[in-house]
Amino acid sequence: MIPGYSPNKLFKLDAVKKMRFTIIAIFIVAIIAAFFIYPSVWDKAVSKINVISPVRLPNFIKVPFKLGLDLAGGTRLIYSADVSGVKSQDTSSAMSGLRDVIERRVNLFGVSEPVVEVEHSASEWRLIVELAGIKDISQAIALIGETPFLEFKEQRGDAETQKILNEQKAGNKEYLSQDPYFRSTDLNGKYIKSAKVEFSQNTYQPEVSVQFDGEGAKIFEDLTKRNVGKQVSIYLDGLPISAPVVREQISGGSAVISGKFNINEAKKLAERLNAGALPVPIKLVSQDSIGASLGQDSLNKSFKAGLIGFLAVVIFMVLYYRFPGIIAAVALLMYAALVLALFKLIPVTLTLAGVAGFILSIGMAVDANILIFERIKEEFRDGKELGSAIDDGFVRAWPSIRDSNISTLITTLVLYYFTTSVVRGFALTLGIGVIVSMFSAIFVTRSLLKIFSISSLEKLPWLMGIKHSNT
Amino acid sequence: MLDIIGKRKIYYAISAIFIAASIMALLLWGLKFGIDFKGGSILEVAYPDNKRPVMNQIIDSLKPLKLNDLRISPIGDNGVNFRFRETDEETHQKIIKILGGNIEERRFSSIGPTIGTELKQKSIKAVIIVLFGISLYIAWAFRKVFQPLSSWRYGVVTLAALFHDLIIPVGLFAFLGHFYGVEIGTNFIVALLVVLGFSVHDTIVVFDRIRENLKRYVSLDFVALVNQSVNETLVRSINTSFTVLLTLLALYVFGGETLKYFILALMVGIFSGTYSSIFIASPLLASWFKVLNKN
Repeated sequence: MIPGYSPNKLFKLDAVKKMRFTIIAIFIVAIIAAFFIYPSVWDKAVSKINVISPVRLPNFIKVPFKLGLDLAGGTRLIYSADVSGVKSQDTSSAMSGLRDVIERRVNLFGVSEPVVEVEHSASEWRLIVELAGIKDISQAIALIGETPFLEFKEQRGDAETQKILNEQKAGNKEYLSQDPYFRSTDLNGKYIKSAKVEFSQNTYQPEVSVQFDGEGAKIFEDLTKRNVGKQVSIYLDGLPISAPVVREQISGGSAVISGKFNINEAKKLAERLNAGALPVPIKLVSQDSIGASLGQDSLNKSFKAGLIGFLAVVIFMVLYYRFPGIIAAVALLMYAALVLALFKLIPVTLTLAGVAGFILSIGMAVDANILIFERIKEEFRDGKELGSAIDDGFVRAWPSIRDSNISTLITTLVLYYFTTSVVRGFALTLGIGVIVSMFSAIFVTRSLLKIFSISSLEKLPWLMGIKHSNT
Repeated sequence: MLDIIGKRKIYYAISAIFIAASIMALLLWGLKFGIDFKGGSILEVAYPDNKRPVMNQIIDSLKPLKLNDLRISPIGDNGVNFRFRETDEETHQKIIKILGGNIEERRFSSIGPTIGTELKQKSIKAVIIVLFGISLYIAWAFRKVFQPLSSWRYGVVTLAALFHDLIIPVGLFAFLGHFYGVEIGTNFIVALLVVLGFSVHDTIVVFDRIRENLKRYVSLDFVALVNQSVNETLVRSINTSFTVLLTLLALYVFGGETLKYFILALMVGIFSGTYSSIFIASPLLASWFKVLNKN
């Protein structure tokens, strides 16, 4: 902070006109923020207006709050990766290959915004997977836990295909999960020695060449031998990526996967195949699963608690500080609207601890108001007139507000950078809250107080809860 | 005006008793770490209304799985909480199967011991960094103050007050852990860090007033000046802590089971933080001044 820095020098809010403008601007922002948080109010009003209005008003933009696992329900899985089989310089690329595969598998679940992260701690490499709102966690764990899986499948006979199709049509559950056209073989990714990108001699298209190890080469030879003239399909993690027609028996253990891919896709595939061939084995070391109903329960309870806490603070402020207390309440409402809108905009993932951080920040926002009011009272008692008491009160209270909030910001920064994601939510909401609370104290409380008090309250000091020492 | 500085020895004594009790509790019983610090599993399930079996029956049904350190306790009317060593997904599924299809799994956590240890170290590191970060910031923020005490002494006194505010909730949780099985985890560390932030908030406001008064009343004796400053900021300190305690109380009463002890740690810490900023931090400045001026 710059020494001698004061809200007065910074914002020069002295002219009443300017102040009115500020107030109106802040009010408009706060109202927009409120609709942003709770758009259904706007939408209801609009639907009524639209009946009579010649111009159709649009509905308000809807952005949902981003809820963390403990409020939305979901699971957080931590895997430790065994990288002992990977050269140390290749570890990071092997891990990113692993992450891509897992990400694709997780995407199969249709979970919204899954998180798959690689984390390198002092002792080991880890993969962190977060799945929000997922029902069948055990199935997800089973699917993720497999090593990346490359599979070669051969065509079924026509009769067999027809039979499976008929059974599926009839709804026979046993057959539903079967692929009517292809059948699994013994050949899979664990026999791959290496994969690399090449360009076709004929078409100049990128393709991926695969080299099998000794055993794999033999299986591949058999496979091609019995499938000459038929398709052999290559599956990665259960998805077909290519289905070339076998022209002749192939010995020597090298195969080419040519599909319609560009150079980047080919590179990625080679990377994945290498990861499959050189799997980084992973082990589930930690899981944290919250059922959706427990999350909803926590959400409702903390919402209720926040509301009651807010009301309690407002009642106390109005009883103790009278008119300024009402202004503080208005400032607090605006504060809450702005912070919640920011949570949606950024967006901040709200966890249970994060909500607690927000509620705590309400308490800290009140502190700025209390500091200011106490100071104004003091200045007033010293015999100053109300207008300059308010000005001086603000200027005098500012260093305390600044220093104390900076110390809180230090805490939140440390929390953010030195702890885990669980605590981060708390640090982020508290930090945003503290920053906005300084803004709200300087602009909102100050401007409101000045506008209302100078003209009308000079004659009614009891409304301010203060007495001149000389009266 | 209250003569807070004059009676400082009484306040020191009150704090000394609490600190000694806290250290005793900590040495005698230690802290009970939760699964996020030492590894282990927690499973929480809910049975349909009035369908919850007796606890012993549940324990017997799980015997074949040979879960290590299994402890179970009822929650509310329909819930059951299981705690045991960390386990794999397979065992977890077996437990669910034994408990039956009509239960709802509300929560399952299983944390490996390495992750736990790492988290514990990270948390301790965070607390230490915050302590020193804040003290350094105070020494810096008050860098223009030389007379009669230089700014680093304000930083040291803040550090002492922060220690005071940390040790009391820690002692309380050593007591709660021993007698009521309350475990501490990441949330507790967060609570401590918030208490630190808040307590320093309070202390800074008083120090700030001392700094301002030093400029205003050049001729006033330092000890009297400190006393005046504490008195001038007294209403603010109490009102602010009161509003924060109001919001915390709302969270404690209505906020649900999960955060109860987190909020309790916050309330105790913020209370002791307010106490220390009024009755410990500033009086310590005055005491230090007296000691220096004797020599």
